[in-house]
Amino acid sequence: MDMEFIRNYYPLYVEAAKMTIVIALIGIILSLLIGLLCSMIKKLEIPVLKTIVNIYIELSRNTPLLIQLFFLYFGLPKLGIVLSSETCAIVGLTFLGGSYMAEAFRTGIDSVSDIQLESGLSLGFTRWQTFLHIVMPQAIATSIPVLCANVIFLIKETSVFSAVALADLMFVAKDLIGIYYKTDEALLMLVLSYLVLLLPVSLICTWIERRARYAGFGNTGTVSGN
Amino acid sequence: MQDSGILVLFQGTNFLRLWEGLWVSLRIAVISMGLSLVLGILMGMIMTSKNKIVRFLCRVYLEIVRIMPQLVLLFLVYFGAAKHLGINLSGDVAAIIVFTFWGTAEMGDLVRSALISIPTHQYESGYGLGLTKLQVNLYIIIPQTVRRLLPSLINLLTRMIKTTSLVVLIGVIEVVKVGKQIIDASRYTTPGAALWVYGAIFIMYFLICYPFSRISAVLEKKIKD
Amino acid sequence: MKNEKEILKVEHLVKSYDKGDPILKDFSFMMNKGEVVVIVGPSGCGKSTFLRCMNMLEPIDSGKIIFKGRPINREGKNAHEIRQKIGMVFQSYDLFPHKSILGNILLAPLKVQKRDKKEAEQEAEQLLDRVGLLDKKDAYPRQLSGGQKQRVAIVRALIMHPEILLLDEITAALDPEMVREVLQVVLELAKDGMTMLIVTHEMEFARAVADRVLFLDQGEIIEEGHPADFFAKPETERAKQFLNTFHYEAIDAQA
Repeated sequence: MDMEFIRNYYPLYVEAAKMTIVIALIGIILSLLIGLLCSMIKKLEIPVLKTIVNIYIELSRNTPLLIQLFFLYFGLPKLGIVLSSETCAIVGLTFLGGSYMAEAFRTGIDSVSDIQLESGLSLGFTRWQTFLHIVMPQAIATSIPVLCANVIFLIKETSVFSAVALADLMFVAKDLIGIYYKTDEALLMLVLSYLVLLLPVSLICTWIERRARYAGFGNTGTVSGN
Repeated sequence: MQDSGILVLFQGTNFLRLWEGLWVSLRIAVISMGLSLVLGILMGMIMTSKNKIVRFLCRVYLEIVRIMPQLVLLFLVYFGAAKHLGINLSGDVAAIIVFTFWGTAEMGDLVRSALISIPTHQYESGYGLGLTKLQVNLYIIIPQTVRRLLPSLINLLTRMIKTTSLVVLIGVIEVVKVGKQIIDASRYTTPGAALWVYGAIFIMYFLICYPFSRISAVLEKKIKD
Repeated sequence: MKNEKEILKVEHLVKSYDKGDPILKDFSFMMNKGEVVVIVGPSGCGKSTFLRCMNMLEPIDSGKIIFKGRPINREGKNAHEIRQKIGMVFQSYDLFPHKSILGNILLAPLKVQKRDKKEAEQEAEQLLDRVGLLDKKDAYPRQLSGGQKQRVAIVRALIMHPEILLLDEITAALDPEMVREVLQVVLELAKDGMTMLIVTHEMEFARAVADRVLFLDQGEIIEEGHPADFFAKPETERAKQFLNTFHYEAIDAQA
């Protein structure tokens, strides 16, 4: 193992990791927004939009991110739509993540009983207000474990960005292997980078899941009757 | 010339070659899935072990698979093996190793949770009917487990199929590579080919994965009802 | 009758589910402000459906529902405004599990009516005190018993100052010993002159609280009258049979 080499080249990984974090963060936030929107459209059964959302979800869930990226990066320019590597990566991650988040929210929404919706309506809330104040807070609490799993999944998926010429962790590793033939060092730093990136997220997710499961809404207090 | 771009798909054997390319990835997914099924059942049994060290090692194995992107694992095996074992693994073999490594972990975890969720009275009522241990497993436990696991298994298979698209990055000649060859070959005759070729590959993946995810959804609903 | 002002009127209401046989057949009905009307009848007679229609929770096939002289309709733009004036309490304790008791009660006054937080909170505490649950204001629904939850649900409806209160079998899912504490609250409301339309299986309670009893069977009003008359000597054979089943149950319970 060439420690000198590692010392010299680890800053490249740090740079790449920073970029991965930024893109993943933007992609995940956009995915959450799109997912929220899609799940509401599905629940409120808004005509036309509902069909579009269904088609989107099926397309997004049944195709690989890599192919989505190739289409965005190499295909779309032929239509005159030229996207930078970064934009491609964000659009691709959001296109993929939106449907996964939508399904996660939908599971949560389905778990809220209809009577909750009706109680909201009978108190004079509009459908939209009922959704916002009564259904969604409960739905999100139920969705948290799946949402967390999706976050990890999406960060892992960022590893294919090198395919659209983004200088990410994989790109750096491949470069170092190709140029210097320092396979061990390059791979070690690659694995360590992803560990540093994902282990904390994984631990935080486990912690959030546990909290969501055990401490929700006064669960710790005394229970009497029924 | 976007209008004529679509024709590139139907020139010569192009369309057939794309499907053959996709079959290369599908074959990797199917072989890995088959291996994962067998090894996963074993793994699941190991995971229910009472030995703390065994359980800890299983935990570490699961966590590695949970955290490491499949592409990183592919790189490790493809580049790492070439250097240390002195053998030049082909991309296909590296991919099968990685996908089986991944599939065995997920399958093992599914089998484990299925095994511990079967109530003991299911075994007892089997014995009560005078069935042998083998018969109880064969006629009562395994059918129930399989029924419950089927949706997750199909789901795992579709994820594997989608993930096999990565093998192009370790040099396997599959659908994306074939697509690139077609695009390169028609660079001057059909400059817009990329749009249609990548569009076609996108749809092809969809056509393969969509039926599986429908089946999985239907089965899941059936189990719930 | 305390007040002759008509508040709710139903004309020729027909309602069916999924194009099946109508569950309400040509239903007409009227009630006045301050009146307490109790609907009784065998399971599946359409009484809950009727109540749900009054709050526009169900689409109707034909007919008219008139609230304070104006027809109402669930597709109407102001449906949510009218619902503020029609309070409803359901059979299942439908409190919002993610909100504390006070949070449950204040959600609608603050978000729908945009009332002053302090003033609303004061009223919420008064109402909670009235139903004997002031000490539970910071608890969460799952920490309460069924009877307590149902009393909170009543307070949650009351704070909106509804002009009429719909109660849909509010004691049906409760353990017997909790039924009393909930019905006591309703009896007091009746004494204060609250207009109420009540569906219940508690015949003793119906007798005590009602100004008028409707007996429903198979989607039609079979008999209508003063509770004292209805329970003592029902006119129709069907009502007699229906009341007899309760008679036997009472004997069974004693045995």
